[in-house]
Amino acid sequence: MSDETKTMPLSTLEGALSLDPLVVAVITAMAIVTYATKVGGLWLLSRIEVSDRLEAGLAVLPGAIVVAILGPELAAAGPAEWGAAVVVAVIAWRSNNILLALVGGVLAVVLFRGLF
Amino acid sequence: MKIGFLTCVPVAIGVAGYGIAFGVIANQAGLSVAEAALMSATVVAGASQLIAVELWADPIPIGAIVFTTLAVNLRYSLMGAALEPWFSHLSPKQVYGSLFLMADENWALTIRDLRTGSGRGAFLLGSGIAIWTFWVVSTVLGALAGGVIGDPTRYGFDFILVAVFVALVAELWDGRSTLLPWVVSLGTALLTASLLPGRWYILAGGIAAATLEVIRYE
Repeated sequence: MSDETKTMPLSTLEGALSLDPLVVAVITAMAIVTYATKVGGLWLLSRIEVSDRLEAGLAVLPGAIVVAILGPELAAAGPAEWGAAVVVAVIAWRSNNILLALVGGVLAVVLFRGLF
Repeated sequence: MKIGFLTCVPVAIGVAGYGIAFGVIANQAGLSVAEAALMSATVVAGASQLIAVELWADPIPIGAIVFTTLAVNLRYSLMGAALEPWFSHLSPKQVYGSLFLMADENWALTIRDLRTGSGRGAFLLGSGIAIWTFWVVSTVLGALAGGVIGDPTRYGFDFILVAVFVALVAELWDGRSTLLPWVVSLGTALLTASLLPGRWYILAGGIAAATLEVIRYE
């Protein structure tokens, strides 16, 4: 690892600047889809009536999706990660400071992995 | 526009925290610094980008990434629509340009500003430029740092992604009304993950929660 970093600064720079055509295509698709969602509502509003019911359903999507990501991820992890997740949640909730929460979480997971 | 920019700077610094985390995670997922920066500059939607790099694999699960991006970002349609009354005196070009830079943070600030009756239609654009700048620069910094870190498990950096989502959950928590849809999403995700290969459980959880919300709405 230390050898690699010493001997390949040039190829590392090349790697940092590389743009894989397929990756660029996926990013472009994501950008188009996202822009469509950003302008779609305004565009659609002039055509159809969005019910409050539908709006309530869409409003829970972001939180629900993040929960759906975390559930299986944490279920597959161990006590060290569970403990660190609690640390992150408490710091994020109390301080509203994302960087502080992340640093706390990473320190906690290293500490707990040493303990358990 | 200038007021929008300045008001948004403190918030944009918070966004930069996510940007650094996104850069590190994107780098560990195998994206180059340039690719991570390109994604931040063109997609401009933090949560969906984090989820996309979380899904990233070899070969790239294109369908899952694009559909999940769509699902996560559908809320923007509602948010953009909510700004409609204030857009009426802007040209279509100004409106559709401003919307490109719309993210959760500057949308919330814009709604607050416009409710005070300021009538500053360019507020979204100004605050969007602040968000965009911090977001792209912090992504580059994070991606460069990610390359230096090397083996992610050694210093607990593999935990950053989980930590980011835990922090997002803490932020998205909206009181007791959030509990039931989240429990439904969690249960559906766990069940789907044990039944289906791949990452479709993410969409399944989200759709189950949204469906429940539509049904139980009074």
